[in-house]
Amino acid sequence: MRGLILTNIDSVPGHRIVRHFGLVQGSTIRAKHVGTDFLAGLKNIVGGELKGYTDLLQESRSEATSRMVAQARELGANAVINVRFTTSSVAQGASEILCYGTAVVVD
Amino acid sequence: MEDFLVLFQLGLPLALVTLGWFAGATTERRHYLDIKAREQKFLNQPALSSKQYDPELRVREAEMACGSVVVSIDHFKRFMSALRMLFGGEIQSYASLIDRARREAILRMKESAPDADAYLNMRLQTSSISSSTGREAIGTVEVLAYATAVKFAPVGQAEAESTTHEI
Repeated sequence: MRGLILTNIDSVPGHRIVRHFGLVQGSTIRAKHVGTDFLAGLKNIVGGELKGYTDLLQESRSEATSRMVAQARELGANAVINVRFTTSSVAQGASEILCYGTAVVVD
Repeated sequence: MEDFLVLFQLGLPLALVTLGWFAGATTERRHYLDIKAREQKFLNQPALSSKQYDPELRVREAEMACGSVVVSIDHFKRFMSALRMLFGGEIQSYASLIDRARREAILRMKESAPDADAYLNMRLQTSSISSSTGREAIGTVEVLAYATAVKFAPVGQAEAESTTHEI
């Protein structure tokens, strides 16, 4: 997919780690636009999944991941292990998505 | 304070609560049927919270898999929880919603890497993203599930046996 292996365990199964580069990270802060917010307000009446938010968060998560991957590439890594995601809300209606991991070279 | 307002201001809230009850119950029942059917499909591809599945199996391929869902409660559940908060105790209407969201997120994660043999080190993360604050705030949560999807190298008989292992 990205030509770079991502795992969330502390190794790449089937490969041996030959070099560590340390922590790499990527983050993005997104706000939702008024349209999504309005639709979500309507959907709130009956409850259930808020598709607009799911898509938004999914999109920002892949953005954060690709920033992390870009940083790992710059270092010359070909895999990122121990990847973790965190979400925090920084302001009303905006949330930060952070993705971090350890950049390594595997054989 | 909020509880009393919810109780006394009938009218529109009552209509919303009734609508939430009918629509919410229908979607919940349908969603559970859907979840159970999809979980059956992935019965032989377990998601583990451990980092190893079977040390004898050789991993051929590993990649990250990710699935998420954002859900909110309906007005009926909100009303029930407001009642419950007067007396304390378990709020079951919330529990079923979050349960649905978690299982949905796990299924989406599995569906994003459908031909993996197992999903290692699965993590679940829940974060609350309310769209407003104060009295009108409604419980909106995001559930994220992520794991390392692995495919095992075929080793003949041994592989066929191990995929049927109960976890």
